[in-house]
Amino acid sequence: MPGHAPKFDAIADHAVLVSFADTISDEAHAQVIALDQALAKNPPQGFVEAVPALVNLLVSFDVMATDHAVVIMHLKALLDALEVNSVSGHEREVLVCYDTELGPDLDAVASATGLSVDAVINAHLSGDYRVLMYGFAPGYAYLSGVANEIQVPRKTKPVRDVPAGSVIIAGPQCLVTTLTMPTGWSIIGQSPTRILTGDPDAPFLFDVGDKVTFSRINRATYERMKDGTHHV
Amino acid sequence: MSEAKFSVSFAGPLVTLQDAGRPGNMRYGVAASGPMDRLAFDAAHAALGNPTGGTAIEVSLGGVILNCTSGAVTVAVTGGDFVVEHGGQKRASWTVLAVSEGERLTIRAGRAGSWAYLAFAGDIVAQPWLGSHATHAPAGFGGGAVLSGHSIEVKNTALREDRLGDIPQPEFIPDGPIRVVTGPQDRYFAEGAVERFLSSPYAVTDAFDRMGMRLDGPELDLKAALSIPSEPIARGSVQVSGDGVPTVLLSDHQTTGGYPKIATVISCDIDRLAQLRAKDKLRFAAVSPEQAVATCRSYLETKQAYLDQISIARGTLEQRLMRENLISGWSEGDERAAT
Repeated sequence: MPGHAPKFDAIADHAVLVSFADTISDEAHAQVIALDQALAKNPPQGFVEAVPALVNLLVSFDVMATDHAVVIMHLKALLDALEVNSVSGHEREVLVCYDTELGPDLDAVASATGLSVDAVINAHLSGDYRVLMYGFAPGYAYLSGVANEIQVPRKTKPVRDVPAGSVIIAGPQCLVTTLTMPTGWSIIGQSPTRILTGDPDAPFLFDVGDKVTFSRINRATYERMKDGTHHV
Repeated sequence: MSEAKFSVSFAGPLVTLQDAGRPGNMRYGVAASGPMDRLAFDAAHAALGNPTGGTAIEVSLGGVILNCTSGAVTVAVTGGDFVVEHGGQKRASWTVLAVSEGERLTIRAGRAGSWAYLAFAGDIVAQPWLGSHATHAPAGFGGGAVLSGHSIEVKNTALREDRLGDIPQPEFIPDGPIRVVTGPQDRYFAEGAVERFLSSPYAVTDAFDRMGMRLDGPELDLKAALSIPSEPIARGSVQVSGDGVPTVLLSDHQTTGGYPKIATVISCDIDRLAQLRAKDKLRFAAVSPEQAVATCRSYLETKQAYLDQISIARGTLEQRLMRENLISGWSEGDERAAT
C-alpha cells in the first residue's frame, strides 16, 4: 500500500480511529474510501459501523464481541491487501435553480471574485465534485471540487433559517442542505433534488466517494419539481 | 385490540420519543440518537416486562403532564430522582403504576437527574425514520418531540397488575470520576493540557442538551495556528473549541467535526454523566483501552443481570406480601450489584 503507515487510535471502549495523514490530501482520502469499502465487504466480528472522513475512518464495534487489538489486526490485514486505485463511486446528478432570489449570495460571490453572475454559475456547473464525507447534520454531504475562481471564504457571521435544499459553497467545498439551519456559507441556488430521499431502501442519495454533477434548471421547472418532493 | 390515548397538556423543551436508536447511519451524518441514559430507559421496559428497545418518552427537566383521555395502561417511570404525581399521590421515579381514562400523570424535575423515561405496557404510535422512532432532536427527525397540545396513542395496551410498585434501583453505578480514554487528537494540545484536564474539577453548564454538555473549568490550550481536518466523532467524545472549553458530545452529536478531541468517555459512564445537572461538579480519570473494555464488559453483564431481575413479575400485591414473608427480597441481587 502506498503512502505513510496508518496510525491506529483506540477510542473509548468501542472504536478504533484509522488515520492516514494529518493534513487533507487526495491520497489520504482515497485510502479512507478504499479501506471503508474493504470493510463493507469483509467486516470484523462485532463490527457496528464505519464513519469515513477526510483523512481517517472511525470503526466502531460491539465491546461484548471484540476489542481494539482484534479489530486493529483485522484492519491491518485489510490494509495489506488494499488496492487504492480500484475504488470508484457512483455518479449522481443534482439539479439546481440559480435564480437570484433562490441564490441570494450569487451577486456577492460575483463581486468578490470579479466575475459576472453567469460566470459564477458556469464555474459552479463545471466543478469536479466528489462526496468527501457527511457531517454537521443528517444528510449534510460535503463535496470537494468547487472551481478555483469561485472559492470564497465563509461569511464572518452565519445567516439564520437558510432553507433545506440550499446549494451552498465555502472555499473548495459545496453542499446541498437538508434542514433549515444557520450557515455562514454562500447560498448560490436551490435544489429540488433530495439528499434524504425518503426511500427506505436507499435513504441517502450519495455514498462517500460518489462523483456529483450539478445540472441547471429554470425557475418554472424548480417550482414544479419542488412541489413533487418533500423533506423527511 | 385495546388502546389508550393521552393528551399532552404540558411538555417542557426536549421531551422526545426515543427507542434504542439507529446505529449504522453515522456515515450519512446521522448519530444513533436514542436515550441519554440507556440504563434507565432499559429498566423502564424491563420493569413492565416489555421487549427491549421499544419506544418510550424521554422526559427532560422541563417535565411533562399527560391526561389519559381513553383506555388504561400500565406505565413505568425511571431515571434520576424525578417527581411522579398520579391519582392524588406523589412518588419518586423508579415506579410502575396504572393510568386510566380521566387520570392525569405528571412527571417533573425532582432532587436529582436530568432525564426520566416513561414507558408503556403497549406500543406508542409514531412514524419511524430509518427504521427507528428515536428522535434526532436538532433535526426533529424520527418519532419527534412531545409538545403541549399533542396527543399520544398507545396500541396493544396491557394492564399488568403484577408489576405495580417501586422498581429496585440499580446499585452498581460507580460514583467516582468519569472515565475516559485519552486521545485521539491530544497531539494538538499545548503541553500540560491533558494533565490539566485529568487533574482539574469541572462543572456542568446549562449549555447541555441532547447534542452535548459544555463544561466549565480550566481552559485547555491548543497549539497555535490550529487547523485540523474534520474527523469522525463518537458518542462521548470530549472536544475542545478554540476558546479552550471542553464539551462532551452525547446522543445527538455531530458525526464529524474539526475541533480536536482530548479524550472519549467510556460508554458505561455516559449514563451517569448525562444525569448530571448544570453546576454539578465532575472529574475525569484516564483508563487504558484494555481497562475500558474490561470495565464496560463487566458493567454490561451486571446491567443485564439487573434487568433480568427487575423483569420478573413480582405478582399481585397479595402474592408479594406472602413471598416477602418467606424470603428477604433482593439480597441476592444486592450482593451481585455490589461487586
